[in-house]
Amino acid sequence: MSPTLKAYAIRLFPQVAALAVILLMVSIAFPGFFRLEMQNGRLYGSMIDILNRGAPVALLAIGMTVVIATKGIDLSVGAVMAICGAVAAAAITSGHSLAMTLLITLGTGILCGLWNGILVAVLDIQPIIATLVLMVAGRGIAQLITEGAILTFNDAGLIFIGSGSLFGLPMPVVVWLAFGILVALLVRRTALGMLIEALGVNRRASMLSGVSTGVLLIAAYVLSGLCAALAGIIAAADIRGADANNAGLWLELDAILAVVVGGTSLLGGRFSIAASLIGALIIQSVNTGILLSGFPPEFNLIIKAAIIVLILVIQSPRAQSAFVFLSRAGASEKKTEQEAK
Amino acid sequence: MNPRYLPLIATIAIFLIAYAVCIAQYPNMLSTRVIGNLLTDNAFLGIAAVGMTFVILSGGIDLSIGAVIAFTGVFLAVLLQATSIHPLLAFVLALAITTAFGALMGAIIHHLEMPPFIVTLAGMFLARGMAFVLSIDSIPIKHPFYATLKSAYYKLPGGGRITLIGGLMLLVFALGILIAHRTRFGANVYALGGGAPTARLMGVPIARTTILIYALSGFLAGLSGIVFSLYTSAGYSLATVGVELDAIAAVVIGGTLLTGGSGFIAGTLVGILIQGLIQTYITFDGSLSSWWTKILIGLLLFSFILLQKGLIHVTDRRRRHA
Repeated sequence: MSPTLKAYAIRLFPQVAALAVILLMVSIAFPGFFRLEMQNGRLYGSMIDILNRGAPVALLAIGMTVVIATKGIDLSVGAVMAICGAVAAAAITSGHSLAMTLLITLGTGILCGLWNGILVAVLDIQPIIATLVLMVAGRGIAQLITEGAILTFNDAGLIFIGSGSLFGLPMPVVVWLAFGILVALLVRRTALGMLIEALGVNRRASMLSGVSTGVLLIAAYVLSGLCAALAGIIAAADIRGADANNAGLWLELDAILAVVVGGTSLLGGRFSIAASLIGALIIQSVNTGILLSGFPPEFNLIIKAAIIVLILVIQSPRAQSAFVFLSRAGASEKKTEQEAK
Repeated sequence: MNPRYLPLIATIAIFLIAYAVCIAQYPNMLSTRVIGNLLTDNAFLGIAAVGMTFVILSGGIDLSIGAVIAFTGVFLAVLLQATSIHPLLAFVLALAITTAFGALMGAIIHHLEMPPFIVTLAGMFLARGMAFVLSIDSIPIKHPFYATLKSAYYKLPGGGRITLIGGLMLLVFALGILIAHRTRFGANVYALGGGAPTARLMGVPIARTTILIYALSGFLAGLSGIVFSLYTSAGYSLATVGVELDAIAAVVIGGTLLTGGSGFIAGTLVGILIQGLIQTYITFDGSLSSWWTKILIGLLLFSFILLQKGLIHVTDRRRRHA
């Protein structure tokens, strides 16, 4: 194995292991879990379902990872999803072509990201507060666009994005996989990723060493807005309508959770988009698993909370120093044993 | 004048101007009835916001309060339906649980050195999940004691009523102001918000203060849950979703710095009243849709953040010149 591949394997091991354990537990409770079927050129099965249902959170997690790596947070993604869903529905029903609709919607997402980015980078407002403004106002704006009703549409092209299939996979899965790979390549095959990490660790130091931190910060929030727009289109296309009240509700929390489960620190710095995507799949597997295994869905939130606490405890600086202490103590014990021999 | 007071004064001025505009358009809004309803309708939010103010003053955040309020409501409803214990005893039990819950979150935040955002997010999931497990239905509370509490009010001249829960909110705000400005705990909260290392050097007991802050927030969220169950006479696990955001917005509009260390409990009361006023105005108008509330609150939030940024900028420059 090449050294880079080995590094990736070590980095992703906890997340992959957690996902495997959860999938295994679900498959014990629900035997037909791993079965895949090909029908009309599209794969069907619980695994595909997890990939498909997890699409919005996975998309949001891509942008959120980059934002969190800059030591920021974006609370507005759920509201931006609602806005973009509303914009897409309004554009397609007022007679715009599909390409135009997508362009307008993605543009709206970029605009929302730009607003957040300018608040954070130029006005120097704490990210949690800066994005809170759009989180509070966003749903109101979305309702303004849909005029309080659920705006339905039946444009075949737009619906295809929510429920069509490409290469045997549901369209949402193709979208998030392709977008995830695109962003990961963009940040890892160029210096961008490293600059973002530098910015997250110490903004002042990276500015003094010549990184244009302002532009990078704004770009991170724009990416997050773009991800939210894509997620919004998928969510709206899935139900063939824009629901300003419920589209993307609380998904910002799931997205942040996916990033945290993926092992990216909320304090900024090193990040991994692949790990966040696996984090998103872990969350969706828990959701789907609880449903499939016949647990009452009421337990969903409690299990989620328990998983967060567990991951928090493992990741906390104090627990890690305790691990180091224990392993050192173990090592020194062995040493004394050897010396005694 | 001390620039510290400027956000508070701006908030009060905005409230007075907004109220004057409302009265100019709808003279009926100048009545003790409207004021009494303003207090009653926002009582649960106000009580929870006092706890949130303490948390934010200390530089933290508590996302769990909406879920804790819903949990308390469901807990009370289930308890009163299934057993025959007196509501007062049920209140004590509920408050004990929510206070312990808050203290536990505070302990995790301090001892595991985790960001409050994620810890209280987990707390939010846990509390909401517990509420779901207790019951997913809306359970009515029919205890006669509830009717007695609901019918208790102080009559104002002009037909307005300060109900028990409205009065309780004012009392909680008064006590909150006392605690924040007249006790050592209050001083410790401000010191912690100014920076944990500095506070430690000053001899502030960080662990105890952090745990107490979140315990207080949990206690007040529990009290808010009791008030909410009195207000609606029911317990429902899907109630009060997103109340934490309203509370945070009220705290910021009330002039408290979100980075911690500076702000006033009294400002939060005005922040709550401004939000209530927007809603009352929309009800009076009738033609405006309720989503304007959210947009207006978002705009207010934005302008207050800008105002605070400007103030910090000005004071920094003054300090540099001095």
